Amino acid sequence: MAKNLYQKVWADHLVGPLENGQFQVFMGLHLIHEVTSPQAFGMLKAEGRHVFHPGRTFATVDHIIPTDDQRRPFSDPMAERMMAVLSDATEMHGIEFFQPNSGSQGIVHVVGPELGLTQPGITICCGDSHTSTHGAFGCIALGIGTSQVRDVLASQTLAMDPLKVRRIEVTGQLAPGVTAKDVTLHIIRILGVNGGVGYAYEYAGDVIDVMTMEERMTVCNMSIEGGARCGYINPDQTTFEYLKGRERVPSGAGFEQAVIRWAGYASDPDASYDDVVVIDGSAIEPTVTWGVTPGQALGISERIPDPAAAEGLDQELMTDALRYMQLEADAPIKGTKVDVAFIGSCTNGRLSDFQAVAAAIQGYKVAPDVRAIAVPGSVRCAAPEEEGLADIFKDAGFEWRLAGCSMCLAMNADKLVGDEVCASSSNRNFMGRQGSSSGRTILMSPIMVAAAAIQGAVADAREVFQLEKTS
Amino acid sequence: MNDLVKRSGRGIYVQGNDIDTDRIIPARFLKCVTFDELGPALFYDERFDTQDVSKGHILDAPAHQGASVMISDANFGCGSSREHAPQALQKFGFEVIIAESFAEIFQGNCTTLGMPCLVMDKAQRKALASLVGHHPDAEFLIDLQAQTLTFANERFSFTMKDSSREAFLTGRYDPLDELLVAHEAIQAVAARLHYSDQSG
Repeated sequence: MAKNLYQKVWADHLVGPLENGQFQVFMGLHLIHEVTSPQAFGMLKAEGRHVFHPGRTFATVDHIIPTDDQRRPFSDPMAERMMAVLSDATEMHGIEFFQPNSGSQGIVHVVGPELGLTQPGITICCGDSHTSTHGAFGCIALGIGTSQVRDVLASQTLAMDPLKVRRIEVTGQLAPGVTAKDVTLHIIRILGVNGGVGYAYEYAGDVIDVMTMEERMTVCNMSIEGGARCGYINPDQTTFEYLKGRERVPSGAGFEQAVIRWAGYASDPDASYDDVVVIDGSAIEPTVTWGVTPGQALGISERIPDPAAAEGLDQELMTDALRYMQLEADAPIKGTKVDVAFIGSCTNGRLSDFQAVAAAIQGYKVAPDVRAIAVPGSVRCAAPEEEGLADIFKDAGFEWRLAGCSMCLAMNADKLVGDEVCASSSNRNFMGRQGSSSGRTILMSPIMVAAAAIQGAVADAREVFQLEKTS
Repeated sequence: MNDLVKRSGRGIYVQGNDIDTDRIIPARFLKCVTFDELGPALFYDERFDTQDVSKGHILDAPAHQGASVMISDANFGCGSSREHAPQALQKFGFEVIIAESFAEIFQGNCTTLGMPCLVMDKAQRKALASLVGHHPDAEFLIDLQAQTLTFANERFSFTMKDSSREAFLTGRYDPLDELLVAHEAIQAVAARLHYSDQSG
């Protein structure tokens, strides 16, 4: 019988049924970081359990790490303590830890793919909701809680309910200056922030097919913002070419065999789905948020919606969002003043994101009253510093930082102050998300952040950088 | 029947759709290596201003002190996978959450902690929220087996995710012991999968 990728991976990794009606599923790759995992080691210790398969767990440090000075001890004593607990636990249990000085440190969802740990047809879990990112490679990748981190450490399995699968076909061709981030914000705007609850999203269609792996990761990363616990894209030649030669990927004949195996996981052409949604990719504009959920988004040429047109709690939600954002209904979003510009995060902090921005910003300067920071997602994507990437950002007036999650969730020193407005390439515009309880976030693509930084206000990158002419 | 199936306690209505985990527990409180101290940080930025002065949030209303049943609206617990969010709710004193819908990871985390997530439709929830406001001292009686809730002489119905309800009915909301029983089957699956060796 024809199967989709989710069904194939599930069948391969199924250990058996559980008493409560759930299923026990084997986890091929477990990624951990300092925020959600130290407590799990504490639970194991308290319960007298051990790590079942340390070779399948890999650790990095990303959320709390400073991006200015990463020498130990960290200046924040609590951050230092979290780092120390993770370091001790991984050493004690024989788990490989990509420390800041290892040359491989970075955001967990940037590091996994870069090293080639993330591969098609496998199951991945991590105590982080953006684990959905890895689905770009055609694997099932899930965010989990800390008690589940404990479960995986102790058993290499999870208790799971099977998900339904919704295929989202993005057809046509993206207009010049429209990016993967715009596609994912557009999808969430249409399907809602809870539209994906109970589903895995399979992204497909011409627009997805021609995307690079980095672009596919941006799309899958935001699945969770649409309520879908995981999102995936069927593995194809683009996937295999990305993986070829990566550090943790087999080489030579082993690679050829792996490709045959990986290709077999792609959804069969006549596979069935619980739901299919078709979205016209050619109609997508550069998209930004106006409110306090990623679904409260609009095209750059549109006007901010009027809550009067909505009903009940939706109306209250919109009214509250506008009040929090200090924005007016029916006003254009373009021209909204910004104080901070942030390029980074597991959504848009990869080498290609910085390269795309660098190609556009040469000769431009960040507006004098804007604080602009660029934070690479990993040490490796900061490495081409010698190639002048960092200098291009610095010349334009950006601060170029060390790798980490930084201002996406502001667990380190990188925070908004007061009610500053931040044009951000990250994934969440929740109230208080970027470190100030009144801070305001406007989500957008990296190139749109760069345009906002230069204009000092939300702008259309296609106009600022003449992208329509050059593309 | 085990004591997980019948729950009681006083209630509180915390209004809002899409209440995300950053609101439930702001990220700065995630700087911890145990969950023990999270209770007071629950909804911190909604309850207190930047000078730590109370904004008069309903969670701090004297009439609702000691409430153990929280009622909210749609898509409760969306956002991050941080178990800190249900841990903070539990440490604050909540034992049951009622909403129109829940984010998936949050719901799973709550179950593992022994905190049932009850799904109740809008009309019933609205009526219940109003009653709770008028009767902060009244006790809920919740029966997970019958999926009914009694409050102030009114009867309400709810649903639960099947596997979660079953976990409470069997008293096995923490799955780890059962997962470990399958030791040999786990090894068999590991051996059957042709994963490449990824150690560095």
